[in-house]
Amino acid sequence: MNVHPVTKTILERLGLGLATLFVVSIIIFSAIEMLPGDFGQAILGQAATQETVAAFRRELGLDQPAYLRYLQWVGGALQGDLGTSFSGRNASGIDRSRAVVDLIAPRLWNTLFLAGLTAVIAVPIALALGVSTALFRNSVYDRTVNTATLTTISFPEFFVAYILILLLASLYPVFPSLANVDDSTPLAQRAFRTALPALTLTLVIVAHMMRMTRAAIINLLASPYIQMARLSGASQTEVIIKHALPNAWAPIATVIAFNLAYLVVGVVVVEVVFVYPGVGQLMVDAVTSRDIPVVQGCALIFAITYILLNLIADIIGIITNPRLLHPK
Amino acid sequence: MSSNSGKGDILLEIKNLEIEGFSDEKWHDIVKGVDLTLRCGEVMGLIGESGAGKSTLGLAAMGFTQPGCRIKAGQIKFDGVDLAKLSDAKKRSYWGTRMTYVAQSAAASFNPAHRLIVQTTASTIRSGSKSKEDAYRDARGLYETLNLPDPKNIGERYPHQVSGGQLQRVMTAMAMSPRPDLIIFDEPTTALDVTTQVEVLSAMREIVETFNTAAIYITHDLAVVAQMADFIKVLRYGKEVEEAPTRQMLATPKEAYTKSLWSVRSLEKEEQKGGNSLLSLKGIDASYGTAKVLHNVNIEVAKGTTVAVVGESGSGKSTTARVITGLLPQTAGSVEFDGKALPKSLSERTKEEKRRIQMIYQMADTAMNPRQTVGEIIGRPLEFYLGMRGAEKSRRILDLLEMIELNGDFMQRLPGELSGGQKQRICIARALAAEPDFIICDEVTSALDQIVQEGILKLLMRLQKELGLTYLFITHDISTVKAISDQVVVMNQGEVVEQGQKTDVFQPPHPEYTELLLSSVPEMDPDWLTNLNAARRAG
Repeated sequence: MNVHPVTKTILERLGLGLATLFVVSIIIFSAIEMLPGDFGQAILGQAATQETVAAFRRELGLDQPAYLRYLQWVGGALQGDLGTSFSGRNASGIDRSRAVVDLIAPRLWNTLFLAGLTAVIAVPIALALGVSTALFRNSVYDRTVNTATLTTISFPEFFVAYILILLLASLYPVFPSLANVDDSTPLAQRAFRTALPALTLTLVIVAHMMRMTRAAIINLLASPYIQMARLSGASQTEVIIKHALPNAWAPIATVIAFNLAYLVVGVVVVEVVFVYPGVGQLMVDAVTSRDIPVVQGCALIFAITYILLNLIADIIGIITNPRLLHPK
Repeated sequence: MSSNSGKGDILLEIKNLEIEGFSDEKWHDIVKGVDLTLRCGEVMGLIGESGAGKSTLGLAAMGFTQPGCRIKAGQIKFDGVDLAKLSDAKKRSYWGTRMTYVAQSAAASFNPAHRLIVQTTASTIRSGSKSKEDAYRDARGLYETLNLPDPKNIGERYPHQVSGGQLQRVMTAMAMSPRPDLIIFDEPTTALDVTTQVEVLSAMREIVETFNTAAIYITHDLAVVAQMADFIKVLRYGKEVEEAPTRQMLATPKEAYTKSLWSVRSLEKEEQKGGNSLLSLKGIDASYGTAKVLHNVNIEVAKGTTVAVVGESGSGKSTTARVITGLLPQTAGSVEFDGKALPKSLSERTKEEKRRIQMIYQMADTAMNPRQTVGEIIGRPLEFYLGMRGAEKSRRILDLLEMIELNGDFMQRLPGELSGGQKQRICIARALAAEPDFIICDEVTSALDQIVQEGILKLLMRLQKELGLTYLFITHDISTVKAISDQVVVMNQGEVVEQGQKTDVFQPPHPEYTELLLSSVPEMDPDWLTNLNAARRAG
């Protein structure tokens, strides 16, 4: 069979991604297994008798060996079922527990919306700043942009968030300071309410992407083919856009993927400040209440996010490399 | 193009040009007051060793200085305009239109992301002198003139899809596409094999003659410049040594320095027959992964002799060295050393077996740990193989330094503080420290200037005489082979084409490949290329 080498490489990466995910699922499961304490004891309280706790554990399936529970969990996850949340049960025997998927789904949508909005603002800004600072390297403009982005990345997220609230919600009330959204919020309204958290996150992630873009381009400016382009009369803009940038996509894509993954998995502080119902808060709450199925579900989704985004960055690196795209 | 001058008018006039570069926190002079006059249609050869400032001068002829360099004084008049005084934007209007540049490494100088024809025609299309269709058609015509295979379609390829020699010709087409008045050739064939070099030289000369373009041809190779240039200027330490028409310069160089450049090739060695066999390769096959690179290689090396392995890149000469040292275990055949078969892989060999075979590499720079002093570098094999310590070791290091004609002060120095020739000497001392019987020299002089090369070769020959060493000398340079070898092995595509005593191998009749290889080595005769092409066409 005659498969294009790029297709082959991409399929290989996809396979590796799945393998990674499998390993990660084992790690997640084992890590939670190793948590100290017993869920049944924690829920039922110190007063519960041995028998009650044992019965409760049996009901949740916690009495079965770990590998069986792992297989059940993974088997369910493959069919889109992450199990049932532990919370909502109590000693009285009334079961108000919900499916993990139903708990996570709306939160995940919120998180992805915030991440998407931030990406739409931050990525173009970071690329434009990166290219333009490379273009005017060591100028006053370059130094100003570098200092400004470094400043915003150096402050803790909550501090940036409060400053923005102070400026844009309190002194000049442009945006709401609370980002309370639910399923019924219309899209435009949702974007408006999410503006401040998105801006906060933009300020947090732009520096990293912009500096990587700038460094990747400047690194290439020392190549002989860049001198050749200059000697054939190309202007500085043409040199950077036509000759450096096409060869710089691989490192840029990697750092963008890294930051987008952070937007999905690491923004719990910003969610708390703006009271935004995202996955981060859900996971923190679940950890506090030892709601193991929810913790596992969130961790699995975070792992998928990382693997998927890095896979995309890899693929961009592959298809922008002419050596791979056009083999001999 | 827009030139209003006919042949014979002055095109470029550089007067008292001084260029300085910034390094180690201060400005150094690189070009120290050079004058240069070039008329339309003339080709000037610019020759000198590394650091002579020839590339800097070549670029300055376009008004270009590399980052970290600047023009300190002087003028660069091109067609009546002083480029030294123009802004970058004004200079850009000359670059890629009236003056173009052909770089040393075509592989590194093409943008990997764009198709060849796009790069060939970019400056022509940008200047608006031709439409895209016309520029493409013209480029295909140039590819044909330059004897590129499949000239209609080769432009659709990416740089990594064609060979080095082809790329160098595409770059010449790129330089010719806007029909410039001046082309700067900066060592354009240095990175090529000799058989490829002949083709590229012929193509470049033909195209320069066809379009009557003026050119500056920069090189360190006298024989090459003799084929290309109408007159030659010799540079040293950023200053002109002398300038004369090519024939006159070759026949009667005036300055002592120029004569010394000419005389390097006169190194000779009395041929040794040699005694018993020290190393013998029997039916060696070797492969990298699934690609088989050595096919039934048989080589005999007699004690106390120098065997030169000669061939072009990809011929398998370095792979042969890797098999002998055990770095690449062979897939078939055996390596016999001093009458005993050596284990295939390095890890199975005893310390004694390893000690007796040492290696010296092409890039002395990367073959030494930059953080270790010369004393540590030479001391390591003394400690490892011979168990020397303390004062005994220090004494031995001093002996070794003396052997390679350096004094004890060098012990505390780091590789970064040494010149290229000194670094290679340290590598030789490191190999000698193990007291080996057999040394593999892998292109040890290719990265060095000719005069430094001569010093290293003389040193190696003296050490051989004094210590009774046996060398396997891997090189692509025929003049080095002639200078130092007793026996010669010619390799091509992983096979031994011919081997025997030096006088026999260099004596006709030759096998076909040896003939091609030997006839491709440029000679110091300005008519050599013309005669060779005529002979090859007739044959």
